[in-house]
Amino acid sequence: MTEYVSTTPGLFPLPDFAKAELSALKGHQKHDLISGDEGEEITTAYEKGRDAVITAQLEAGLDLVSEGQLRWDDMLAHPLAVHDAVDTQGIVRYYDNNNFYRDPVVTGDLTFSGDVAAELEAASSLTDSPLQAVLPGPYSLADLATDQYYGDEETFLEAIADFLAGEVEAFPEHDTLFLLEPSLIESAPGDGIDELASEAIDRVAQATDAPVVVHPFYGALEEKVYAHLLDADIDAVGFDFVTEQDQSLYNIQEYGATDDVALGLVDGQNTLVEDPEAVRDRAEWVFDRVPVTDFETVYLTTNTETFYLPYAKFEAKLEALAEAATLAEVAAV
Amino acid sequence: MSANENRDQFRPDDHENDHFLLTTVVGSYPKPKWLNRAKELYQDPDHSFDEDDYQEALDDASRLITNEHERAGLDVVVDGEMRRNEMVEFFAHRIEGYEFNGPVKVWGHNYFDKPSVVNEVEYTETWLVDEYKFTAEATTRPVKVPITGPYTLANWSFNEAYEDEEALAYDLANLVNEEIEKLVEAGARYIQIDEPALATTPDDHAIVGECLERIVKDIPDDVRIGLHVCYGDYSRIYPEILEFPVDEFDLELANGDYDQLEVFTDPDFTKDLALGVTDVHVAEVESVEQIERNIKKGLEIVPPEQLIVSPDCGVKLLPREVAYGKMGNMVDAARNVEAQLDAGELDLSQTPTPADD
Repeated sequence: MTEYVSTTPGLFPLPDFAKAELSALKGHQKHDLISGDEGEEITTAYEKGRDAVITAQLEAGLDLVSEGQLRWDDMLAHPLAVHDAVDTQGIVRYYDNNNFYRDPVVTGDLTFSGDVAAELEAASSLTDSPLQAVLPGPYSLADLATDQYYGDEETFLEAIADFLAGEVEAFPEHDTLFLLEPSLIESAPGDGIDELASEAIDRVAQATDAPVVVHPFYGALEEKVYAHLLDADIDAVGFDFVTEQDQSLYNIQEYGATDDVALGLVDGQNTLVEDPEAVRDRAEWVFDRVPVTDFETVYLTTNTETFYLPYAKFEAKLEALAEAATLAEVAAV
Repeated sequence: MSANENRDQFRPDDHENDHFLLTTVVGSYPKPKWLNRAKELYQDPDHSFDEDDYQEALDDASRLITNEHERAGLDVVVDGEMRRNEMVEFFAHRIEGYEFNGPVKVWGHNYFDKPSVVNEVEYTETWLVDEYKFTAEATTRPVKVPITGPYTLANWSFNEAYEDEEALAYDLANLVNEEIEKLVEAGARYIQIDEPALATTPDDHAIVGECLERIVKDIPDDVRIGLHVCYGDYSRIYPEILEFPVDEFDLELANGDYDQLEVFTDPDFTKDLALGVTDVHVAEVESVEQIERNIKKGLEIVPPEQLIVSPDCGVKLLPREVAYGKMGNMVDAARNVEAQLDAGELDLSQTPTPADD
């Protein structure tokens, strides 16, 4: 029997009170962004924000709770942006969005950081609900960064994978690990690198006992990239059905799927709040068209991170997801 | 008779040189600190500083910056967009069909109230006619009106109501056309459409082209229409943009030290070029000599008859004295290059001959 699990890829918008408070405490310029060694006042402000987003997820009835990644000023580049061996340089565009992050230039050995593990520790002290860890996948993190130390693309990708694996090993107990891999779509790896990207993901996935979901978004994977991704020892691949339906379906029809699947059915970049029944229907629409008879676990999620949304709309989307998972579960029984 | 009547309608009667390189700005200018303070007082419910007081402050600021542009010597002036908060929000507040749901992140702790289109958009009130009339009365110089373009208004909003962004952009283009008609009735002769979103999605240039067709419908030919596009890879939209029904392209090139200049050499640039000659992301005033060298880069693309001199983009993020310094040096540099052209000191053998249209 299929289990439906409502969740998100993390990277939430800051609650409005935290936007105002942190703007005032930190400032608006490039050098005001998160450093990793922020002082007490800023830490306290983030703690209040974290508390609020965890409460919001619990109140919405989400099955898997994320820490929220509110400190990730540089979005998916965050784990590098706060690293000592990284020099944050110019403000660059975040994929095709009207959002920007600091270009993290790697200038030294990517040793253990523990920054994300500390966030998860803080989150796990706030709730007993199942906790979801979130990280950029190694290919995306390497793609978002600039290497001035490791020398070539292959070595850099391996180093990023080793770094992320080290971070995961330090995580407190968690129930899933979402690895976000938009770059697999937005700057798809060519011949050779596609295989290495899959191996790098495998390397990170080995570092946890929890189920690992690799979630690419902003479209669908090229078929070759998808085929290689299935070689990695992961539990689920995510599909952005908001942006691209045909190619997503084609990949599953042509190459099969993992035992579990993540369906990005709620739009993380638009304020129009989906009707939970429509979300449930879309999930069924997908299942009617793929050869897989029964997925073990279906993660229902937004297609992208949700920091693009105004806070109240973000909350409404959480409720829609939780409700859709409940409806689907009932239908499955 | 002028070789470029559309541009030269803005040539001052007492212009000192035979050659004329029209000097202007993209639009925004740093707000005086007291204006920001006035806004805070106005927004403070416990303070007696009321709507009328704030309106008076906005009027004063508008006069002040228009005058500051005059003092810098610009041929065509703007009020520095003193009454506008942000380039999408300002218009969304005036267009029926939009709603606001709270701030969203752009980067770091910089947010904007990204609006949602929840119904078909409608034109119910003028957007910029009052701003234009006020500025035109505050100066004897010609006034340019910058308007955020429909593609950017669509692309930088959440779309809840339309089949796709393209359909929304076309409806918005019809509204922009209506507004320009009203501006022209009020006397405006120089309109600049700002489409920064085109830089992020260059493959949509055909949509922007179709928007512009709607925008210029029934607008008299002698009304000058410019298009401002900044911070993108121009090779992805050139030469396609030459088909757009506009008189002038206003481009950001100083920031990249003219590394994209080559793009515009083949095929020939058949429109007027409003060349960015000062970098708005560098808080130091470039020397007159440096700006002269930048202006001459433009002469590699178009003959003097088709050249307009302007900063890369709006200057609102610069310290005010730096913004003023850049304007002043830009005008001095343009006048110097004109004099050099008059004296036949510049070798224009690299320069294409004037375009037929």
